Amino acid sequence: MGEYKRVEITEEAAEVLPGLKEQHGELIFHQSGGCCDGSSPMLLPKEDFYLDDNDILLGEVAGIPFYMSHDQFEYWKHTHLTVDITNGRGASFSLEIPLGKRFLIKSRMLTEEEAKFLNP
Amino acid sequence: MNYSKPTFNEKYHNFINGKFEAPVDGRFFENTSPIDNKLLAQYPRSNEKDLNLALDAAHAAKDSWGKTSAAERARILHKIADVIQENLVEFAQMDTADNGKSIRETINADIPLAVDHFRYFASVIRAEEGSATELNEHTLSLIIREPLGVVAQIIPWNFPMLMMAWKVAGALAAGNCVILKPAEQTPASATFFAEKTAELLPPGVFNVLHGFGPEIGKPLASSPRVDKVAFTGETTTGQLIMQYASKNLHPVTMELGGKSPNVFFSSIMDHDDEFLDKCIEGAVLFAFNQGEVCTAPSRMLIQEDIYDAFIEKVIDRVKAIKIGDPFDENTMMGAQASNDQYEKILSYIKIGKEEGAEVLVGGEAAKLDGDLANGFYIKPTLLKGHNKMRVFQEEIFGPVVAVCTFKDEAEAIEISNDTMYGLGAGVWTRDAHQAYKVPRAIKAGRVWVNCYHDYPAHAPFGGYKKSGFGRENHLMMLSHYRQTKNMLISYDKNKLGLF
Repeated sequence: MGEYKRVEITEEAAEVLPGLKEQHGELIFHQSGGCCDGSSPMLLPKEDFYLDDNDILLGEVAGIPFYMSHDQFEYWKHTHLTVDITNGRGASFSLEIPLGKRFLIKSRMLTEEEAKFLNP
Repeated sequence: MNYSKPTFNEKYHNFINGKFEAPVDGRFFENTSPIDNKLLAQYPRSNEKDLNLALDAAHAAKDSWGKTSAAERARILHKIADVIQENLVEFAQMDTADNGKSIRETINADIPLAVDHFRYFASVIRAEEGSATELNEHTLSLIIREPLGVVAQIIPWNFPMLMMAWKVAGALAAGNCVILKPAEQTPASATFFAEKTAELLPPGVFNVLHGFGPEIGKPLASSPRVDKVAFTGETTTGQLIMQYASKNLHPVTMELGGKSPNVFFSSIMDHDDEFLDKCIEGAVLFAFNQGEVCTAPSRMLIQEDIYDAFIEKVIDRVKAIKIGDPFDENTMMGAQASNDQYEKILSYIKIGKEEGAEVLVGGEAAKLDGDLANGFYIKPTLLKGHNKMRVFQEEIFGPVVAVCTFKDEAEAIEISNDTMYGLGAGVWTRDAHQAYKVPRAIKAGRVWVNCYHDYPAHAPFGGYKKSGFGRENHLMMLSHYRQTKNMLISYDKNKLGLF
């Protein structure tokens, strides 16, 4: 059985990260929910966001940990996530917004093999 | 009447201390229209320096504004309502250009409701009273409401003008000074509002700062110089704002969206009459405002014995939705607010299909011609599935409704409450008992019974669970923008006798 990941990142999305890291220091992704710009991943300075047992670490993408709240994860755990980026004027406090770009999640169902490994 | 994109200046400024002020660092961002992805105007990319100017102005204004009589504040709020009313078409065209929504909605809903919110709060503060209670024959307790001072309000892009009115009217009525941050996708109508009302409000009472969340939203929300933060948006930013408030020990109110169930019981099909027609429209209201509503009825629950007959009528009604130029008054659905929203909605339709949801209608982008080919349009979409699918659990904020069936009342309630959110819900029935018991059992702040998407200023609005807390609209909103001063007065000439 191979190693599988729940969350990955596209090259285009990863490209903006070094610049933002230089500007803001250590970063995290936190998957948001709810109104407006919800249901999108937020890129935040690591020190800014209070994380605890209610958050689950889904993995790292381009060296940045990706978190989601526990209750949300219950509804997401059968899917594989890819952090992508698109042009757009998103609201929220996510750090890429001044670039005129917005991270978004592309999802697919976990394969049977992936599911066995990730949700044993 | 013909409507069209209004003429914009090349550049706009922040509104601080009663005047338009260029951003201190001279930086601007481009605001485009989702109708055709063309530039509308440039707006300030503000930062902490601009915030400090606004805070100075608001603090200088707060004492005298807080002492203004209720009669005077009411007079001003009524004048503001008059000004919006007089410029209704211009405000409507501006929000349509900026947000992409159809002109028939901005003309008939967004702007008239904004007018009414100012009138409502102008009116209720004239009828308010504090209280005086004689706790015993010598002791009088007076309860007096005082404004908080300077409040920060961060509003979303789905109803630019109306969300501003929802937040600003109550805050001003309660005697506060406001620093407003409009969403960066829709800065236009707040700027136009500031221009039109500049002569009505004393300088510093109402301030508008434009810019990006990380650059101006965060310093505003975390400033120890604001006395309260009100936010409408998503959960991660909501948590961040609460963290900042926890450092300052400041109150916050949060409106963070939902995944609202719209429940249709068998009895609606007992007769083929105007009420059934209303129910069908009620189901199709998921497409209102292109689905970009926190309370969008984005889960449709239909009792299984009427499913086939009812969904057929709903699908027919959805197919009759006219998507097109938002400035055409026959257009029912316009553009999604931005490219990233458009991409997000399509990604949800995709995962919905992969999860096994059946596309009953729609399920793809709508391709329009001419200039509109560059805009962001999506066909109204019904996805049939079950409540554990992601499309049933996450706010898509687009014209996509997740449809499922239920056996009986108990299952309808169970599915309705199987969500992280609790903002809105709809219950449709001819059964008087059901019409009371089911809404009481649904954990949501607003349950519409035999109606949906009605937002009178006189009815409180807000969420349960992860949809947030605090209420907007209704005079109870005033309590979120005030301190309670209790004066406890003794008329006893005698000492306690302790010392």
